Amino acid sequence: MSKEPVAVVGIGQTKHVAARRDVSIAGLVREAARRALDDADLTWADVDAVVIGKAPDFFEGVMMPELYLADALGAVGKPMLRVHTAGSVGGSTALVAANLVAARVHATVLTLAFEKQSESNAMWGLSLPIPFQQPLLAGAGGFFAPHVRAYMRRSGAPDTVGSLVAYKDRRNALKNPYAHLHEHDITLEKVQASPMLWDPIRYSETCPSSDGACAMVLTDRAGAARAPRPPAWMLGGAMRSEPTLFAGKDFVSPQAGKDCAADVYRQAGIADPRCEIDAAEIYVPFSWYEPMWLENLGFADEGEGWKLTESGVTELDGDLPVNMSGGVLSTNPIGASGMIRFAEAALQVRGQAGEHQVEGARRVLGHAYGGGSQFFSMWLVGSERPDA
Amino acid sequence: MTRDIALVAFAQTDHRRSSDELSEVEMLMPVLHEVLEQTGLKTADIGFTCSGSSDYLAGRAFSFTLALDGVGAWPPISESHVEMDGAWALYEAWTKLLTGDADTALVYAYGKSSPGSVRDVLTRQLDPYYLAPLWPDSVALAALQAQALIDAGDTDERALAAVAARSRADASANSHAQLARPVPQGDYLVQPLRTGDCPPIGDGAAAVVLAAGERARDLCERPAWIRGIDHRIEAHGLGVRDLTDSPSTRLAAQKAGAFERPVDTAELHAPFTSQEIVLRGALRLDDTVRVNPSGGALAANPIMAAGLIRVGEAAAAIHRGDSDRALAHATSGPCLQQNLVAVLEGDPR
Repeated sequence: MSKEPVAVVGIGQTKHVAARRDVSIAGLVREAARRALDDADLTWADVDAVVIGKAPDFFEGVMMPELYLADALGAVGKPMLRVHTAGSVGGSTALVAANLVAARVHATVLTLAFEKQSESNAMWGLSLPIPFQQPLLAGAGGFFAPHVRAYMRRSGAPDTVGSLVAYKDRRNALKNPYAHLHEHDITLEKVQASPMLWDPIRYSETCPSSDGACAMVLTDRAGAARAPRPPAWMLGGAMRSEPTLFAGKDFVSPQAGKDCAADVYRQAGIADPRCEIDAAEIYVPFSWYEPMWLENLGFADEGEGWKLTESGVTELDGDLPVNMSGGVLSTNPIGASGMIRFAEAALQVRGQAGEHQVEGARRVLGHAYGGGSQFFSMWLVGSERPDA
Repeated sequence: MTRDIALVAFAQTDHRRSSDELSEVEMLMPVLHEVLEQTGLKTADIGFTCSGSSDYLAGRAFSFTLALDGVGAWPPISESHVEMDGAWALYEAWTKLLTGDADTALVYAYGKSSPGSVRDVLTRQLDPYYLAPLWPDSVALAALQAQALIDAGDTDERALAAVAARSRADASANSHAQLARPVPQGDYLVQPLRTGDCPPIGDGAAAVVLAAGERARDLCERPAWIRGIDHRIEAHGLGVRDLTDSPSTRLAAQKAGAFERPVDTAELHAPFTSQEIVLRGALRLDDTVRVNPSGGALAANPIMAAGLIRVGEAAAAIHRGDSDRALAHATSGPCLQQNLVAVLEGDPR
């Protein structure tokens, strides 16, 4: 069984902002899709299928919005799939689209993820009460803060590490024209002086609430040969899930995340991710998740992730840059955030990342997670075709 | 495509008007256990898992995360979810098996319509700026389609009543059906549709197991091989569509190979009698084809699972030896906006 190699030949994003009042949901997604097609020098007619993802429908108050969006995305007369795997959805959506190419069901697939959070209220969307079930306490931050505390206790990390991540990501965002937060006057002191929201998570260590969309054009070898710009090749991709709540769950470093990374590395022939991967776009909605995920992804031994962050390894000019785009901490249209990680990884290996480009990036990881740290999706992309 | 993939097991709940005493997970668990028991597989043996459901029916965000707990996803599993009918989850699983990354897949879907007013809930599917604020409900939209058919001379109310009577009579052989008895055609709900032309509102779940190649033969005496599967979507706006036809169904059927040879059985996801008329036309089904021997969606229509159940019923007919080549259809969106067609075959006898 040989799979068709999958290439990313087009990437498009909207400028992410708190509220895009100038466009409808359809206008927002079409903007990103149009940019991805332009990047690939393709038209709507070149697209064989559309795979769309977003986080819960309650965020915009539209049930199964892909039905209404079919026209805006040129999907009429084509297959259209709608993926939903919580916060990991942007990554999962790209992987479902990639499978259509890998299985040779379709040659060229448009994949897109979006969130227009200003249409509704995400806090409300996450807080509908259900009998006999534990509510997420005070939004996502309330759920994740105790796990950050557990990490700090377990690893002995000094309590300054979180602010270093936030300061780095917000500075990186200044180099990314599509990033939501452009805090030109950011300083480490300002991050550390920002209000405490969910101890130990401060205001400046949390993600914003954004409107935005991200799209990619995925295609086969023949499609890649026609592409006007260098493609990014998928070297490996995987999803893993585990239950939300159970006695044996390790919320600091979930097994599903470890297994997912191991599967991706196996597919890509990576033995030592720290040495063989040049950069990573990791889903970090709260600053402390950078060191936590560095360990979960095998870039550092258990309890050592914070040392990479503290020593500057994950800075844009470091040895393993993380979240060159500014990451989820600077831009968070929830349903799109995972796909932005995947797309930014692809931009890097294509050499198209502009001011936040990592020189010579040849293999870059895109990572997403969702739910109560239970859904994971990842891909590794490279500048060289895997079977070449 | 170099790999043969088959449905090897199918299970469903008894569909009911209400299941207040059960959570979605509790409704789903027996079905998951049953479908795995049919194959002797355990959760850990499954290569890929995919589900279909809707947060809007559950009334809460991320509702599928709890269903995953019921699957027993420990150690962690390779898993995905579509916010669509389970038939599309089956499609995603089929592509996954085609890549060779997995040899078996578990697909499930569930929906509880009873907690809310499903006619109101489905209005939230519509264009949120121009259409949804008017709250046109699903029965009213189906009635527009039915009236267009009658105006075009494609059917009349008596023919629609005959579709309803045949479906519910056939359902008497289906112990899972919600309406497995003669149902009076009743008064107009929205003219020209009477209550008898409309599906029951109910709760239910279903699951299937897919397997590739020799694995399928190991797990099932007579696997239902997927010879083709395709799905297509149409424009959302009803004003730009010819409601008397279903070009997306026709195209999906053509891509799935449905017209290459006749089928003997068709399981159509037609919640309204008038939609069976549209689908029969698009799929070129004549009177030699057994349509909806299960009773179809007119006998049980658990939203988000009803399409997967059509594929499961078609496969089960092949498993039993009642069919050699069956067509299964699933739909989504107002007035048959999005349609999936699968062609299943048993080994020659």
